[in-house]
Amino acid sequence: MSSIRLLVGTKKGAFILTSDGARKQWDVSGPHFAGWEMYHLKGSPVEPNRIYASQTSSWFGQIIQRSDDGGKTWHQPGTPPGEPTTTPDGMPKGESNKFVYDTSQETGKPLTTHQHYDGTQRPWEFKRVWHLEPSLTDPNTVYAGIEDAALFRSSDGGQTWQELSGLRDVKGSLWQPGAGGMCLHTIVQDPTNPRRIYIAISAAGTFRTDDGGMTWRAINRGLKSKYELPDPDAEVGHCVHRIAMHPTRPHVLFMQKHWDVMRSDDAGESWHEISGNLPTDFGFPIDVHAHEPETVYVVPIKNDSEHFPPDGKLRVYRSRTGGNEWEALTNGLPQRDCYVNVLRDAMTVDSLDPCGIYFGTSGGQVYGSANAGDSWTPIVRDLPPVLSVEVQTLL
Amino acid sequence: MIRVVLPAHLRTLARVDGEVRLDVKGEVTQHSVLDALEARYPMLQGTIRDYGTLKRRAFVRFFACEQDLSHESPDALLPEAVATGAEPFLIVGAMAGG
Repeated sequence: MSSIRLLVGTKKGAFILTSDGARKQWDVSGPHFAGWEMYHLKGSPVEPNRIYASQTSSWFGQIIQRSDDGGKTWHQPGTPPGEPTTTPDGMPKGESNKFVYDTSQETGKPLTTHQHYDGTQRPWEFKRVWHLEPSLTDPNTVYAGIEDAALFRSSDGGQTWQELSGLRDVKGSLWQPGAGGMCLHTIVQDPTNPRRIYIAISAAGTFRTDDGGMTWRAINRGLKSKYELPDPDAEVGHCVHRIAMHPTRPHVLFMQKHWDVMRSDDAGESWHEISGNLPTDFGFPIDVHAHEPETVYVVPIKNDSEHFPPDGKLRVYRSRTGGNEWEALTNGLPQRDCYVNVLRDAMTVDSLDPCGIYFGTSGGQVYGSANAGDSWTPIVRDLPPVLSVEVQTLL
Repeated sequence: MIRVVLPAHLRTLARVDGEVRLDVKGEVTQHSVLDALEARYPMLQGTIRDYGTLKRRAFVRFFACEQDLSHESPDALLPEAVATGAEPFLIVGAMAGG
């Protein structure tokens, strides 16, 4: 019997919601790490009970947590419980929360500057981990997308982290923070090519590596940012909110940009708009149906300052044509006086049939649909503001 | 023996209840106390002061003997009462909402 585990990160802790394959009755566990901002939790595809979590606070900084038993118990990977806190030569362990930009002479990566809100140049400064993306093949390898934007990788289960600093070579001086900070928030691995990874940054755009992270290039051709950039077709600087891929078609990418919903059919070499009949093409999350590569979901938000659904109606929009033609999914969602937001990491799909889809809101609700979006029910209604939702389909 | 009081979140991370008692070699300063604290509880590295610069995190405060010592030099001697263990060295989260 299959089951579902939802990993929910909120502004005041993490929650784990579990159900059997029927997805009707849910158990709620949490809050884990109560009082901390839990930006993201995600399980390893190859060892589902291995879950990585980003725990952060303006007061006490960044902590990486790991569970090896499906979220029942947690530890900081650098200091496993019961083990000595120092290495045999007396050096302290506990470096799993150490994210230091690569400035080594060997790799020749001086810590350069990026553009600040006011147009001045600022040095990169670590703030937090926005997104954790476990490897598709190795449970000990995990990528971290951080603010100020950079990509880090751990190959030892989160004990230590190294920056893939070639990314900052791609016109990093022109990157700038979006309203939420200059964050690397999206990491998408090509399941057919382990050396190809896509990442997205607000506000720098989308980038791709074809050599496992050593070198990168911007893949933003076709994006238009008329009101955000002096050059609307700039190579970098676009505020990409999220990209999504169906694993069977890794060359097809879908993007929710600050404004515009976009699509690429050539691994990001070029993009074209697919906003079509959406009521607004602003939004944060985008995701693809588990079994239908041309079925795409977005949650339109009114605009870049009014971060709530148009007309007070919470509507997920689904396209079954790969974009341009969208239908509103409203059954079970509030259709009056609803003014919540859905953040970029807060929507996810399971791989059961029919496909389940889930999203969390800034109002603390997590909604689920066990029929690909045709109808929705609230799984929980009163959590702290939801930052992220990830699903694990356990077989 | 130096007595250190941690805020609740850091007690959870360090898996301790109540005060922490530390042996500090040499002069008793913010720097030497935090070095000893992090050596005993390495999971606290980066949570009180920055990994690289060792500067106090912006929303962390150091109190002792009813004084705010946050802006003192990290190498300044702490009050005698802290050095003798008569008073604790308090590490607190700044009052900033949340």
